[in-house]
Amino acid sequence: MDWFKRKKESLKPIQKKELPDGLWIKCDGCGEIIFKKELEKKFYVCPHCDMHMRVGNDVYISVLLDKGSFREFNKNIKSADPLEFTDFKHYSDRYKATVKKTGINEAVVTGTGSLDKHKVVVAIMDFRFLGGSMGSVVGEKIARAIDKALKLKCPLIIVSSSGGARMHEGVLSLMQLAKTSAKLAQLAKMGIPYISILTNPTTGGTTASFAMLGDVHIAEPGALIGFAGPRVIKQTIGQDLPKGFQRSEFVQEHGFLDLIVHRHELKERISKILSFLESKN
Amino acid sequence: MAGKNKKFILEFEKPVIELEKKIQEMRDHAASSGIKLGGDIKRLETKAKELRKQIFSNLSRWQRVQLARHPMRPYSLDYIERICSYFEEFHGDRLFADDKAIVAGIGMIDEFSVVILGQQKGRGTKQNLYRNFGMPNPEGYRKALRLMRFAAKFNKPIITLIDTPGAYPGIGAEERGQAEAIARNLFEMSHFPVPIINVIIGEGASGGALGIGVGDRILMLENGWYSVISPEGCAAILWRDAANASKAADAMKVTAPDLVDLKIIDEIVKEPVGGSHEDYDLAADYVKKAILKHLKQLVKIPADKLIEQRIEKFSKMGAWVE
Ligand SMILES: [Zn+2]
Repeated sequence: MDWFKRKKESLKPIQKKELPDGLWIKCDGCGEIIFKKELEKKFYVCPHCDMHMRVGNDVYISVLLDKGSFREFNKNIKSADPLEFTDFKHYSDRYKATVKKTGINEAVVTGTGSLDKHKVVVAIMDFRFLGGSMGSVVGEKIARAIDKALKLKCPLIIVSSSGGARMHEGVLSLMQLAKTSAKLAQLAKMGIPYISILTNPTTGGTTASFAMLGDVHIAEPGALIGFAGPRVIKQTIGQDLPKGFQRSEFVQEHGFLDLIVHRHELKERISKILSFLESKN
Repeated sequence: MAGKNKKFILEFEKPVIELEKKIQEMRDHAASSGIKLGGDIKRLETKAKELRKQIFSNLSRWQRVQLARHPMRPYSLDYIERICSYFEEFHGDRLFADDKAIVAGIGMIDEFSVVILGQQKGRGTKQNLYRNFGMPNPEGYRKALRLMRFAAKFNKPIITLIDTPGAYPGIGAEERGQAEAIARNLFEMSHFPVPIINVIIGEGASGGALGIGVGDRILMLENGWYSVISPEGCAAILWRDAANASKAADAMKVTAPDLVDLKIIDEIVKEPVGGSHEDYDLAADYVKKAILKHLKQLVKIPADKLIEQRIEKFSKMGAWVE
């Protein structure tokens, strides 16, 4: 029900440990201190324990797309704060502060690019922006990315990294699940491939819509993937959760992921799948 | 009727209940003593009626949420048995189990043959456990999907009744793909070539509600609530205290009038004064009339147009600037 609970606790590490301004970064997986430059080269996969650290959309653009090929569209769609939502702060102020702090306009970046020369439309979520939460703008940008894939007749790739739907836009956020799913159904009808990449974390409304509707589901190793957050489940059932619960390997074992792919191999493996899909019999 | 023997009284109903108690005492007194109090009683009865009307025409959002959760509120089957002249419940998702938190079947509403389904809560501990408090597991959504495909195959309109505190957050639910089950329903419901009417009869909590909530018309009872998370859930996270649920209900704008303003629902369905639990028959009659009104319009629309309009309807939802 309230998958947001997890969001708060996992917000901190990304700001303090994973995307610091300093020269060194401490790995949450093994505790090793790693030189940031080295980590950048490895796309933030720990060279010691192989942990896939959470990264922003810019890193996935480098991971997936040919250098310089990314062209962003719909960059300037912003939230209209339809509820004039206020808790301790105004949502509109929080939103502006997040834009300023992260340098990105919303929790998803959309555009066209080439992946190993395959023309693709991509939508890449970014957990740094309010926990990658999906409000009206995320839903709309993804819907338009699907329209673009329909128009260009080229494959769609969505990289999910999200705590779920955004509370600050209430029921309008919820309706983005329906909107994006309906659009994906249109895409599917036209036989255009959609590859869903699930990264740590992909939970709540994001999983309960586009992230689980791919022709191919690829997760990074060790990613938290589920509907309800683990804390909510633990609270509800009053018992400890099994080891590895809701991690990529667990989710694949239960039948919901085609592949678990190392970040360093993502591009190559996807390229081969796209080549396969394009080949004519 | 249910209202007559209700034991559950909401805080804001108390002034009326007390007045009604006083009237009853006066009646008893008049009967036993032979003193004529007819005029006084009548006056108080009018006052009680006025007071009830006044309270219920000024409900706060949080009060409506409480009404939506009233333990005597009519649930899906209460409506189905009153709306349908014929109903046969179908069981199971043909994959794993029969989820008791969702009921689904075939039925007749006047001259219309439909597939009708909804989340089902239980009354009392035993029934509530049996119904899992109206919180479906993946097999519930998959049962709904199976019956909706059945509807599409035999050209039957689909009616869904929404009333859930959320999809069940459990280990088994995650193992069997709660998220995938909900997502699949959203995906397929967008393209069924038959009319779909969704009615929020009580609680509409998040993806668990939306999982059977994509359609051509979205109707909502006067005292229902529908949002992305429960007011308590939102309060626990943003206010760090579930006790602020009332504030969260206001901030998220969860009631039917809000959802009209936000252009999410198509119509508010009136409830009997005091809430649907006061008169099941009347409540069901209001729901039936609303369903029939929209059904009559929708069956005239060709399937491809229907699908196009449905996608357009959801595509417009949301608010952004550019
Ligand atoms: Zn490490």
